[in-house]
Amino acid sequence: MPLPIRIQTLPRHLAEWVETIAGYARREGLDFYETIFEMLDYDQMSQVAAYGGFPQRYPHWRFGMEYEQLRKSQTYGLSKIYEMVINNDPCYAYLLSDNSLTDQKLVMAHVYGHCDFFKNNIWFAHTNRRMIDQMANHATRVRRHVERFGYEVVERFIDTCLSLEELIDPYSLFMKREPSRQVIKESEQQNKPDNDAVRYPAKPYMERYINPPSPKKTIDPEAAARARGHRIIPLKPLRDLLLFLLHQAPLADWQADILSIIREEAYYFAPQGQTKIMNEGWASYWHSTLMTRYILRDDEVITYADHHSGTMASSPGRLNPYKIGIELLRDIEYRWNTGRHGKEFDECKDMAARRKWNAGRTVPERVVGMDSPGRQKIFEVRRVHNDITFIDEFLTPEFVDRFKLYHYRADPTTGKMVIVNRNFDQIKQGLLVMLANHCRPYIYVVDGNYANRGELYLAHKHNGFDIDIRYAVETLKNLYNIWSRPVHLQAHIDNDMILFSFDGNQSQQQRINEKELPKPAHRIG
Amino acid sequence: MALRIDKDHQRFRQIVKGRIRKDLRKFLSRGELLGKEGKRYVSIPVRGIEIPNFRYGDNKDTGVGQGDGKPGDQVGDGEGSGPGGEQEGRHVMEVDVSLEELADILGEELSLPRIQPKGKNRITAEKDRYSGIRQAGPESLRHFKRSFKRALRRQIITGLYNPEDPRIIIERRDKQYRSWKTVLSPQSNAVIVYMMDVSGSMGDEQKELVRLEAFWIDAWLRRNFRGIDSRYIVHDVRAAEVDRETFYHLREDGGTRISSAFRTAIELLDKHYHSDEWNIYLFHFSDGDNSSESDSRECCKMLREQLLAKINLFGYCQVASAYGSGNFINVVLEQLGKEANVITSRVNNKDDIYESIKTFFSKGI
Repeated sequence: MPLPIRIQTLPRHLAEWVETIAGYARREGLDFYETIFEMLDYDQMSQVAAYGGFPQRYPHWRFGMEYEQLRKSQTYGLSKIYEMVINNDPCYAYLLSDNSLTDQKLVMAHVYGHCDFFKNNIWFAHTNRRMIDQMANHATRVRRHVERFGYEVVERFIDTCLSLEELIDPYSLFMKREPSRQVIKESEQQNKPDNDAVRYPAKPYMERYINPPSPKKTIDPEAAARARGHRIIPLKPLRDLLLFLLHQAPLADWQADILSIIREEAYYFAPQGQTKIMNEGWASYWHSTLMTRYILRDDEVITYADHHSGTMASSPGRLNPYKIGIELLRDIEYRWNTGRHGKEFDECKDMAARRKWNAGRTVPERVVGMDSPGRQKIFEVRRVHNDITFIDEFLTPEFVDRFKLYHYRADPTTGKMVIVNRNFDQIKQGLLVMLANHCRPYIYVVDGNYANRGELYLAHKHNGFDIDIRYAVETLKNLYNIWSRPVHLQAHIDNDMILFSFDGNQSQQQRINEKELPKPAHRIG
Repeated sequence: MALRIDKDHQRFRQIVKGRIRKDLRKFLSRGELLGKEGKRYVSIPVRGIEIPNFRYGDNKDTGVGQGDGKPGDQVGDGEGSGPGGEQEGRHVMEVDVSLEELADILGEELSLPRIQPKGKNRITAEKDRYSGIRQAGPESLRHFKRSFKRALRRQIITGLYNPEDPRIIIERRDKQYRSWKTVLSPQSNAVIVYMMDVSGSMGDEQKELVRLEAFWIDAWLRRNFRGIDSRYIVHDVRAAEVDRETFYHLREDGGTRISSAFRTAIELLDKHYHSDEWNIYLFHFSDGDNSSESDSRECCKMLREQLLAKINLFGYCQVASAYGSGNFINVVLEQLGKEANVITSRVNNKDDIYESIKTFFSKGI
């Protein structure tokens, strides 16, 4: 019998530190939900990390795989998870039980940065703040399906859904969403009286016996879809394939339930992917500020500096989100404290002038710390930006120069990665492409009734990079399992427009031209 | 401590094992595994365990990095981590599998029966268990509770016990000590004697086949016996016992006299491995090109008269070679084909190893 995860309560001295550090964080203006710290050992930490930070998830082998890999790399000393924190109200954060006190304090300060970010960043505004409970509910629901339909059946269906889990539209959270399939069903059933059945007068408590509900009619999915007024051909290409499938695909109720679980969790995790640099940067900014300003004792400085620099280290060819995030925030703070912003500054192309900007003017009274214009600016930044807008708005040539960013590319003759240049525009462009859609291709639903045969037509929006053909074909096969009619994907491969199709037996690829594209697809690049 | 994730983990291991079983034929014929053989674990590349999704292809080989360097300098060790580089372990994942698990998979897939250790006079291992009590012994082994009880009993009997002031004094005669008993536990040991022809006609390719075959033989027998000794004999016209390293890498020129190897094997067994105590497995690898027909017959005679009664199995594995007649297998089959514990197999290429292992062990002897 698995024991509940919460077995180690926080020792008294750490609990006191939690209070103290929370106090410092509040004094600096951080605003967070109540945060509960728990101690875990390595193994438990690996489990929690494999579960994406949660104490419980639905049963699936992928978590076991994550767990094995995490545990292995920890055993071999390749990586170490210092902390985990969940976006929830209250926030839950985990401390590794055999960390030193210095590390624990660093982690606490870091965690409060994350908690503040979760609560205040606009991209997290729509996440479920009771996700711990919700995840447990999901686990229960999936287990119930497993009991009814068998482990392997459910597992296979989850595999299929996970293959498509990234095909959602994170921006749709900020639009009015259509109610999910289940809600529609229930409300329909409640509101619609049985017209065709003969009814006898009855007291309410006898109603069920005198006028028994008629056996449920089998639902023809297309008719049901029409009745619900959903269009099987979207007016505009849609990104939320999962929602489209929930409405239009012939799914059994348990399948729809699982698909909606996968979709809900994907939306929950999406903002964390969208704000990786900012979130880690913000948390690092705060652990560094709180540690150096309030918390560190003399004998802890070396340990702290060692671990802080370890977290910030970047290896060649790899960008460390912690490093980029913290430095960009500090840069913003510095620029706003010294007046290096605004139209004039942005348009000034003379690097020397930019360097000496505002040199002659009087310095405002508070140029660092709380209430300084720079600090106010970064609080604003953490409220409204995500990684893309963050880089787009605040990356400057000076920053690129100071942190030695470069643009690299595979050398066509040797295949090795070589530095191309340190051109600001190309670097910025490269970063933005890297962050766009969490580095996944943009896939759109174009047509749910392609060629008037009920076939599903998807299109890839090409932004300079081709999709992987092998994976695309495998994914289409999974999509077929849900759609159960032939599925197609249109994608640019090596300057040709290719249509990948899978009809349940075999997959094929054919070159197509502009004229053959179904109506909305021509709008996708 | 049991964790909630253990179930998911077990399921994952189950999937991995299933995948390995499916690809076992491929693994059996691949040398890569051998190099990765750790002490107890083998790291196996498992394909197709990840969930497919739409992603960018390999042409996404550009990105942004941080550090020193001028245009044209290579980034890191050539592994880009541009947009595409963040994906973990493309296509193939390495999973650690213990040798026992691997042998189990082998056994299940080839439907190999468990080996029945032969003979009743199995060797017994001695083990000490601290289950007894003695009057004398070192203080470190003193059994406090028993000593105390005896002292208490003695004091009550002699009337020295005062309930008001219950002080118990343990005297020398009260003291009890833990002591050990020697337990005999049966143990079945096995020895594998590998013999290989290293004459000029056995090239690197042939040796590689032998190496692979021997790896799997080893794995399966290790699963079935607790202690395994492996001995290696090489021969051309003369034979000598060598260590494992030499066995696989030695290369000699010249002729072949297989009987020399059997003679050395007989000596080795007589000296170290009494057949009452050991399960003996004899494997001989050769391209079958013996120097003379009469020597081949001599071999069969030695086998029949001096070896077969003592050993569990004589496996002869003939690897294909560009030279020679490869006639030895025919002589063995003709002379000893009816013997229950003589099994032969031909391995022409790596794909035959699967069947070969199956042939050797499907009798469960």
